[in-house]
Amino acid sequence: MPQPAVIAPAVIAVAGAAKAFGAVRALDGVDFAIRSGECVGLVGHNGAGKSTLVNVLNGGLTPDRGEIVAAGEARATYDVAVARGVGIRCVFQELSLCPNLTVAENVRVLREGSGGFGWRNRAAATVRESLDRIFPGHGISGHAGLGGLSIAQRQMVEIAIAFLDVGAPPRLVILDEPTSSLDARRGRELIAHVRRFCAGGGAVVFISHILSEVLEISDRVVVMKDGRVAADRPTAGLDARGLVSAMGSVARERAARRAQPARSGTPLLTHGSLAAWPGEIVGLAGLAGHGQSEALAALYLAASSGWRTGRDPRAAFVAGDRQVDGVFPLWSILWNTTTTVLPDMTRSGGFVDRAAEAAFGAEWRERLAIRAPGMDVPIVSLSGGNQQKALFARALGSRAPVVLMDDPMRGVDIGTKQDVYARIRTEADGGRTFLWYSTETDEVCLCDRVYVFREGKVAATLGGDEVTEENIIAASFGGGHA
Amino acid sequence: MTAFAARPWIWSWIAMAAVWGATVLFTGGASAAGVTHAALTFAAFSVMVGIGQMFVITLGPGNVDLSIPATMTLAGTLSLKAIDAWGGGTLVGLGVSLLVGLGVGIANFTLIRALRIPPIIATLSTSFIFQSTAIWANRGIRIKPPDALAGFSTDMTLGVPNVAWIALVLTVAAWVLLERTIFGRRVLAIGQNMRAARLAGVPVDGVRFATYILCALLASLAGFLLASFSGGAALNMGAEYLLTSIAVVVIGGSSVAGGNSNVPGIWGASLFMFLLVTMLNTYGLGAGVRLILTGLIIIAVIVAAGGRTRTR
Amino acid sequence: MKPDSLRVLIPALSFAVLLAAVFWLQPRAMSYLGLNLLFNLAVPIALATIAQMLVIAVNDLDLSIGTFVSFVACVTATFLNDSPVLGLAIFAAAIATYALVGVLIHLRELPSIVVSLGMSFVWGGLAVLILPAPGGSAPPWIRALMTAKPPLLPMAIVASLVIAAVAHLIVMRSSFGTALRGVGGNARSVERAGWSVLKLRAATYALAGLFGVLAGVSLVGLTTAADANIALRYTLLSIAGVILGGGEFTGGRVSAIGAVIGALTLTLASSFLTFLRLSPDWQIGAQGAILIVVLAIRLVLNRQERRG
Repeated sequence: MPQPAVIAPAVIAVAGAAKAFGAVRALDGVDFAIRSGECVGLVGHNGAGKSTLVNVLNGGLTPDRGEIVAAGEARATYDVAVARGVGIRCVFQELSLCPNLTVAENVRVLREGSGGFGWRNRAAATVRESLDRIFPGHGISGHAGLGGLSIAQRQMVEIAIAFLDVGAPPRLVILDEPTSSLDARRGRELIAHVRRFCAGGGAVVFISHILSEVLEISDRVVVMKDGRVAADRPTAGLDARGLVSAMGSVARERAARRAQPARSGTPLLTHGSLAAWPGEIVGLAGLAGHGQSEALAALYLAASSGWRTGRDPRAAFVAGDRQVDGVFPLWSILWNTTTTVLPDMTRSGGFVDRAAEAAFGAEWRERLAIRAPGMDVPIVSLSGGNQQKALFARALGSRAPVVLMDDPMRGVDIGTKQDVYARIRTEADGGRTFLWYSTETDEVCLCDRVYVFREGKVAATLGGDEVTEENIIAASFGGGHA
Repeated sequence: MTAFAARPWIWSWIAMAAVWGATVLFTGGASAAGVTHAALTFAAFSVMVGIGQMFVITLGPGNVDLSIPATMTLAGTLSLKAIDAWGGGTLVGLGVSLLVGLGVGIANFTLIRALRIPPIIATLSTSFIFQSTAIWANRGIRIKPPDALAGFSTDMTLGVPNVAWIALVLTVAAWVLLERTIFGRRVLAIGQNMRAARLAGVPVDGVRFATYILCALLASLAGFLLASFSGGAALNMGAEYLLTSIAVVVIGGSSVAGGNSNVPGIWGASLFMFLLVTMLNTYGLGAGVRLILTGLIIIAVIVAAGGRTRTR
Repeated sequence: MKPDSLRVLIPALSFAVLLAAVFWLQPRAMSYLGLNLLFNLAVPIALATIAQMLVIAVNDLDLSIGTFVSFVACVTATFLNDSPVLGLAIFAAAIATYALVGVLIHLRELPSIVVSLGMSFVWGGLAVLILPAPGGSAPPWIRALMTAKPPLLPMAIVASLVIAAVAHLIVMRSSFGTALRGVGGNARSVERAGWSVLKLRAATYALAGLFGVLAGVSLVGLTTAADANIALRYTLLSIAGVILGGGEFTGGRVSAIGAVIGALTLTLASSFLTFLRLSPDWQIGAQGAILIVVLAIRLVLNRQERRG
């Protein structure tokens, strides 16, 4: 790829990159380049090829075809070591630190610090410096065990390690959904840091489903679709609607607030000060990692038994952390969707009615538009968004009157989200109750009533028209909470 | 997906057939019937304990029942002692051995659940206690099984040893349980991700409890039959089944990581394990060489079968 | 409190409880001679436990360590005694074999349980070939080392302290140890960071083989002779020692100091039973009961720690 001389040279450029996994063409001839000082937003649906492109850029995957030019040199072999050598760092969507090690030990394992006597303290000091620079007041010790940190804190550590200025200095940092686990304030701090980093000559690839963030932070936006680059434009003059249409889905108007369901009698379930009545969509909001997930898991565990299956399920659970709480990786999509409803498809003697099971799978594949060659293919062959749909089917297909959702839209594309929002409304109108923890304010605003969590407790309850972004943020931070 | 990748048990059957062929060829075909009969008999005991171990291993990493040998010894000892003391013949013996199995399963899972001890350590600890109980009950006196029972356990029906018939029925039942029932589905779910299974409504404790009881029941039954077959319970009668029960599960194509199991392979692997020793004996090799070759062949089979995980 | 310190504290406390019980039963054990008697066989068990801990740290399990230590003991009592160079060469080859097993497990993604199960037959067979009947004799230097009488503390305790310190430095403090625990915690990210997980696993297994060799040599130093079945129970003892020491089977959560304490606890348990003069019928059962009691204590302490 010829580069005009007046423009800074590309940190990395790929031309005609193609990569297939079996029958799936994850990348289908992609040209991509990024120069020093540039921040490129990378957007696209789930399965559009973003993650594959990222893995090609960081040397984790060798493309089937295509050329790679890194730091001005054409590279015949391009792997993780070469990528690191030219200063390419990556923060992955799935957290990729070792939970059994301390923060400092993770720095060492990620090869971002030197060895030798006293490496532990040096690594702790450098990572703390980096954390101080990006996330002031983080409160994370360099010697803390990673397993004891919240998911947001781990994400902060991972970001801080990527920006560490030791060894080969970072020239390009790829951030794959870096704000997905961060609350709004930490997200702002990260955006500010990315700006400073790029102003200092660094380059950033920023991947996010939150389009306003992408528009705010990037100089240029690359839109991917079906393994190709669908658009590559300067950010100036772009808006969210334009990006969405470039990604291929139709922007929809936000539906009007639905009528409050009539509340009668005692609540269907309670947990501390939290209560839910039939037909309600109850939101759980607040900064990430303030006890919402724990509350939902506790609610579910209390509503179900570990020893026997009751005649009528009282609740169903939709996992947000798919790998940890949701997916059975060895199974097909079908078996993953029927786990919860299986007792309803079991004949006397405990035999599974396989015809009924297949019918259930076909029905929900249709309803949630699960994009897969068939319900018998392994669930791990699907993109994250489609895996999530299977988990939705698992819960929505059950007879449980209450559905608990633990931030289930992480990494889900806009089209799917709209489908699921509509389904939740329909089901709630039909009398089902939803408890919905979400890190996205847009989603929380769809709820009838919202509990805002702070430090593991409900800090505020908002109902009806009180459910606004300002109110939620105000309640999340509380009086004088830094 | 190729037939081989979809059926990991094929490898154990291929290996078994090869070893059978090598043994029979060496003796010029003269030993075919005898070798087959002995293999079916002794494999039957490995199959019984192997099925139980397979269900436990399917529950996921760390799940393994090390108390199988002690359970076999205890069930063999107590059941023959009960027949000797109370009379009543086979049914009393069967009843006592199944009660032993029930007790063992409850004890094992109580430790695992109540004390949160990793299963491998819990079953190791209880196995010491079961072994001591068997030593105490045995008092060095070998009680002979009643003639009817001894006869049944060594006889054949339709040319196949009775114990092999029992193992075959248990195998079919185990296959149905694993592949066709909700219990089997839940065992597989727990083996892949226990937390996800619990959050998907699987009664995790109940299923694990039932699995440990199932395994102990099968070990007890195998102990009872083995004691009847070999003319009385011996204190070390279960010893070889510790490694064998694990080996047949894995050589049979089940994943030690859990969540993925395979019933037909248990038979292939059990026959293979027995025939292997027979073959090396036939070739007149000493104990040392026999052990080394057994080890190398186990490794060769697992390398050939590969560590790939199958998907459904 | 840091999770790492907690991991060591709880095993240490349960060890102390058991030791107190022994002293209460038999006050005379509270002496140089008594301690020596109590912990006589601790050194080889501690070394084997460290070997097992290394393998567990990378999410594997070694079912062959017992027969391996037996094999090493047989070599020590024969080759190492008669022609030291040949003996050392055999040890080098054995360690290389351990590394090779690690490579095989990694490359073919094999379950370590089965491969080491197969290896346990191989080592057992080799041991039988070397020493078909119990016999051989210990090299004098190792005999002298193991029966030395250092001032203040008996040899077994001094050696255990040294083993704990060395293993702690290697596994918990060095870059290599950190990376190998990283393999247990998140092998993918270690690989992505440019380490060769293959090399790490091979090195881990080689190191485990080295500790296994040390265990076998020190065992012969104590027993003066060897036989092919001398250390069969070390497989289960070493696993129990790692778990008693606060280690976990997966996730690279291990503690070197804890593992040595776990091994000492197990040694103490069997000495304790000898003091009790229990009927031989119940000796084994009582060991099981002690294991259960210690783990129960650990659970109680764990809970209180969490509450406090």
